[in-house]
Formats: sequence, C-alpha cells, structure tokens
Amino acid sequence: MIFDELRTRAKAEWKTLKRSDRPRILIGAATCGQAAGASTVLETISTELALHNISASITQVGCIGLCYAEPLVTIAKPNQPAIFYGNVTPKITLRLIEDYILNDNPRPDLALGTIGDGEVKDIPKLFELPMLKSQIRIALRNSGLIDPENINHYIANDGYHGLAKALKMTPEEVIQEVKRSGLRGRGGAGFPAGLKWELCRKSPGETKYLICNADEGDPGAFMDRSLLEGDPHAVLEGMLIGAYAIGASEGYIYIRAEYPLAIKRLKVALAQMAEYGLLGDNILGSNFSFHIKIKQGAGAFVCGEETALIASIEGRRGMPRPRPPFPAQAGLWGKPTNINNVETWGNVSAILQRGAHWYSSYGTEKSKGTKTFALAGQIERTGLIEVPMGITLKEIIYDIGGGIPNGKRFKAAQTGGPSGGCLPASQLKLPVDYESLAEAGSIMGSGGMVVMDEDSCMVDIARYFLSFTRVESCGKCVPCRLGTKQMLAILENICNGKGRLEDIDLLLELGKSVKAGSLCGLGQTAPNPVLTTTRYFREEYEEHIRDRRCPALTCTELISYYILPNKCQGCVICLRECPSEAISGGKRLVHIIDQDKCTKCGICLDVCPAKFSAVAKVSGETVATPSEPVPVTAPKSRDKAASNE
Amino acid sequence: MTNIKKQLDDILSRYSKDRENLIPLLQEVQERFGYLPEEAMELVADFLKLSNSTIYAVSTFYAQFKLTPTGKRLVKICRGTACHVRGGAQVLREVEKQLDIKPGETTKDLEYTLEMIACFGSCALAPVMVIDNTVYGRITTTKVGPTLADNKK
Repeated sequence: MIFDELRTRAKAEWKTLKRSDRPRILIGAATCGQAAGASTVLETISTELALHNISASITQVGCIGLCYAEPLVTIAKPNQPAIFYGNVTPKITLRLIEDYILNDNPRPDLALGTIGDGEVKDIPKLFELPMLKSQIRIALRNSGLIDPENINHYIANDGYHGLAKALKMTPEEVIQEVKRSGLRGRGGAGFPAGLKWELCRKSPGETKYLICNADEGDPGAFMDRSLLEGDPHAVLEGMLIGAYAIGASEGYIYIRAEYPLAIKRLKVALAQMAEYGLLGDNILGSNFSFHIKIKQGAGAFVCGEETALIASIEGRRGMPRPRPPFPAQAGLWGKPTNINNVETWGNVSAILQRGAHWYSSYGTEKSKGTKTFALAGQIERTGLIEVPMGITLKEIIYDIGGGIPNGKRFKAAQTGGPSGGCLPASQLKLPVDYESLAEAGSIMGSGGMVVMDEDSCMVDIARYFLSFTRVESCGKCVPCRLGTKQMLAILENICNGKGRLEDIDLLLELGKSVKAGSLCGLGQTAPNPVLTTTRYFREEYEEHIRDRRCPALTCTELISYYILPNKCQGCVICLRECPSEAISGGKRLVHIIDQDKCTKCGICLDVCPAKFSAVAKVSGETVATPSEPVPVTAPKSRDKAASNE
Repeated sequence: MTNIKKQLDDILSRYSKDRENLIPLLQEVQERFGYLPEEAMELVADFLKLSNSTIYAVSTFYAQFKLTPTGKRLVKICRGTACHVRGGAQVLREVEKQLDIKPGETTKDLEYTLEMIACFGSCALAPVMVIDNTVYGRITTTKVGPTLADNKK
C-alpha cells in the first residue's frame, strides 16, 4: 500500500474519533499510572458507564509526564476541549461521571487543565501550567495524547511521513539532514548522530546492523520507558530512517526485561507495521527492506555500554571490549553496526518529519534540540519533562518542578545517574547542555535528574552510587573492579564514623586512577559522584570524619534517637511499637531509649504523635535523659491538641 | 522421560540452534520453572552445542537468572536513587522484618522471594515495591504489611 493511502485512512479515523458525538475518555496507563492506581480507576469507569448506559470511547494512553498527578483521566465531550483531571481515585471517577458527563458541570476544582480549541470557565489551558509552559515536546510529541497501540493515531499525527520523505532522498542526503540538525546521541556521551551514521555507512561490507539501545539502566531514569510505552512508533520510525541511511537490513531493540509494558507495546507496534507494509521486505513499495527483533536484557547495567550490549545480543556474558575497532567498523558478529538510544531515534523521526532547520532552531550552539529528563526525588512536581537545551537547572527545578516540598532547602541535583554528579545550589544557574554539565563535573547522561533536599547526606549519596557501580562492575578490568571496591570501603568507613581526614585525598587519587584506567564508560565515570561531592560538599565529609557527625541526619551509625523528658507524655505508643524492645517506661512515665539496644530504625519518631513530638533525632550530640522512668512532668497537651484540630 | 526434559523439548522446538538464542532460551526456561534447574541448563548446552561451563558462565553473569528455586511470589524492592532518597531503605528493612528473609533469600514455606532491583523506572512514585508484576508506588513502612497481606490469597 502506498503511504498517501495509509495516511488518508488514518486521518479519517482520527477525525471521526475527534468529532464523535460520544464522550471520549483517556486514561494514563503507563507503568507509573498503573502504579498509582490507574487500573482500578479504569474498572470504575467501565462499570459506571455501563450502569448509566452511557456510550463513550475509552483509550489507554501513555504518559504526558505529570507523574505527580497520576492517575490522570481526560474527558473530551463532543465540541468541547478535553479536560485533564489529576490524582483521580475511584471516588473522584464517580463524581466526574455524574457531574461532568451526565450533568455538564466540568468540576474546575478537580481539573488540571484543558487541551484543544475553546475554553472552559475556571480551568486553565493545560500547556499554560507552570510544569508544561517552558517545555518543548519533540521526542514526547505524542505521548499521553494518542493510543500507543493504534498505528493510525501515529500516522494521523504526521507519523511515518518522515520515513516516506527519507525514502525519496538518497541515504547520503538523509545523513546530511541529520548532521545539519545537530542531533547528538541522547544516551549520555553526546556523539553527533549523523557522523556516527556516516562512519557506519562508509564501513566496507554488505551486511550492516542497527541497534536501538533501550537498556535504560541508570537508577532514577525512566525517559525511554515512557517514550516506548507512550509512542513506540516514534522510535521505530527513527530506526527505519537510520537503517535506510546506513544501509542496514536487520535491526535489534535491546530492552530491559524490567519493562514488560514497553515490550508489549513494541510487539503490538511491530505487528501493525508489518501489516501496513512498514516493516519487512520492500517497505512502502521501495527497494528498502528492514527487519526488527526484540532482545530482552537480563539484568546487567554494563550492557548499556555498546560493546557489552553487542556481546549480550550474541548470547555471551555482557562484557565490554577495547575500542577501536568501534562498532561502526566491527560490531555485531563483526559487522559494521550503528547503535543509538531510544530518545535519539524518537528525535530522528521528528527531524525527518519537520526538517533539520526547524530542529536546530532549539537549543544552544553545540547542543541542539531538546532533552528529556526524569524529574524525581525531593521535588514538588515529579514527572517526565522535555526542555530545550540551554535551559538552566533553576528553571527546571523551580519553574517546572515547583521547587522543594515541605519548606525544605534545595541541596543538590544529581544528573547522569551513577556516571554523573551532584550539583549544588551555586550551580543552579548552569545551562543544561553537554559541555556545561561536563565542566561542572557531572554529565548530561541519559536524563535522570534526582533532586535532593537538606535531609540528603552527600557522603551517603556517594556511597550509594559506588555500591551500585561496584555491584554492576563486570570485573573485566582491574581499575574498575578493585578501584570501586576500595572507594566504597573508604566511603563506608566515613559513613560509619571510622574515616580519617587523609581518606578524602585518597578517594580523589583513587577516583582519578579509576577514571583514567578503566576500559569502558562504566568505570571511567564511576568516580564522578565521589569527585563532585568532595568538590562541592567537602565540609560535609570533614564533619563526618572530624566530628563524627552527619549533618543531614542520614548515616545510621552517626545518629541517635532520644525521648525528650520535657515533652514525653508517657503514652506508651513508642514503647509498644519499638521492634527491638529498647524503650522502657510506662503510662504517665517518661520513656527512655536504651542506646545499646536501639537499632535506629526510626519507628519511635514516626509513631510519636505530632502533638507531642517527643522523639529527637540527633547527630554528634547527646540529650540528657533520666536514668530510669520518672513521672511525666510535661503539661498535658490535650487542650492544645484539641484547639489544633 | 523426566518432566524437565519434556518441558525443554517443548521450549527448544521453537528455537534455532544459534548462539544468539542462549539468553532468550534461559529466560524462557526460568519463566517456566521459576529458576534454572541444572538438568535444563545441560539440555540447553547440548542443544546449542555449547559447553556446560559456558551456560553456567552466562547464567551467573546476569542478575536475572537464579540457580535455586524461588518462592511463589517475587517481592522486589527498588534500590534506585529516587527510592533511596525517599526512604527505600526503611521499606526494605520493614519487608525483611515481615518476611524474615534478606534480599536474595526465599521464605521457608516457599511463599516469597525477596529481591533488590536496580530501578523500575517508576521514580516519580518512589519508593516503590513490586510484587510479581504489580508495581506499588508511594510505599511507606506502614503500607508494607497490608500490601503483602493483600497478595497472600
């Protein structure tokens, strides 16, 4: 079938859907939506619609990125803009069906915003919300708005138009177009995509392979999962364009087994492509043929490294090998191979659809276009965002993310996962692009951004990342295998109050050697979390070592819990809940924690009623307590509590 | 013919003898048995004309593969960054306490296996706990007990 025919048919279907005289209900059912309870909401919708005999279409869509407000439900009534509702529970679902669908009250109090022509009183436009206003959605252009399991929805929104265009160009022209766009690999290192393709195309040999790296392993990163769950065709179209340009007829998607929904969506998408003549032999009637296989990873972080990934596809232990030769010269089964990650492919399809000139109008001189970030940690609005390169960290964290919750202070932003670093408040003005982040000691990475407040201990964070890289080090080269182990041992000592002041310089020395001597990116970047935290938060290391004090009150060995004698009401709640029976006391007697028995689980602090607040967590100091339980002296706080309620 | 052999014949019949099928084969074997039985690994080795030690080397490299039987339910706790800064360690401690096992272990009644996983990519809902294929977001120590109990039926 020729492309124009596919397109006309898809557009007709999309138009009918949009102009339907029945209400349309969209529900965000990506992994994060489901974790927040989307499936029970979906059940409630179906039952209620049946009960009231309402005819409506229900579509499960991917993630629009407002993860803090999951589950999300969108209701579009005929000739009305679509209204997004957040934090929807089964109870709220009942209200929406009765008030809005049956009685035309759009419930502005529950709504987030609207999409589409027209306005609804008292509800803002969704894309005018602070979280979305400064975003430019290119890779995520369709996520959360179309049915990811319906290829027609993608085609109706300019999908596969980029491929159709590419097939009318020569492969060299396609490579030129990608080069002109300035697109750099979104997996982390930022190698120019067009140049990478050119090297592979020029490598001698008939058989060439193309791989989509979907082994998103950085803890704290979920951009690729969201994109594959929300708009798989955007990635697949990019792969087809790349395959045509480099001259590959076989491709692989290497995806983590931890992403079952993304795998399912890919399988559905591949079957639809085959049916539409967009996959297999003679794609869209041209001479270009391409086949795609899905390979599931088996839980090894190092397989995100391209030579390790290739070894894993070949059925071997996923260990990297020295480069050169680069995969572009000798990759999968020794043949020239081109690897790009999910987001890169998602950008390629957009570039061919709308042109290199349009794409390069976003971003900075050396970092063109946009970058997706998974915004998580101690931040008001967690979510998946896509911003133009060059935006500052401050704009991301405060304008988009809404700042730090509970009135706490911002302490650090962690980018690039275990390969990246922690950037302090003094770096908030930093523009987000490859060069600036590297200069500050971190990396762009694949897009994880974890925000930390004053309660996060930077030594603990460095220890956490090193424990991750030590476990994930494949063991092939000595600097990485032993270096991460030794660095971790030193960090554990510091966290446990057994550090020595000279340890900090030893860490730096080791870190530099591991960076210089490791075989692959895992080891070469593993010291970054330590190097950045010692650079920006050195005094915190020194406090741990010199004063045996963890200022963030995180490192268990350095903190203690005390019951404040002047506040304890003798209510026995903590005594009952303490799992180690470390608390003595009784009704109306001041409770005391036996410091030798205490395992510092913090349960007493959690269960002590807020109106008493009698449990204190301290580090580097002690609180005077009676040697045995004495009668409570604190005034009864019942009156105060009653007036608070 | 042993049960394992019978099941393996069924699995192997759908694969070609190429080395690239090793990991997918092991994944399917584990899907079927919950772990990689020694006999099954030997049958895979014969089928692909690889040595037993090669199969052992590959299956011990990847965190996904288990060489001992696992519980009926797999409880996974995320050790990702976002979960870490939002109290994932406390959640883990509570699960360890309730099930009385450490990560990598299985309860004596073969009901639960506890595992630590790098990251589920549900960071916005941190901390998360996964039981079989269901992700539970925004878990607190007090929610651990009821969530485990809900899954016990």
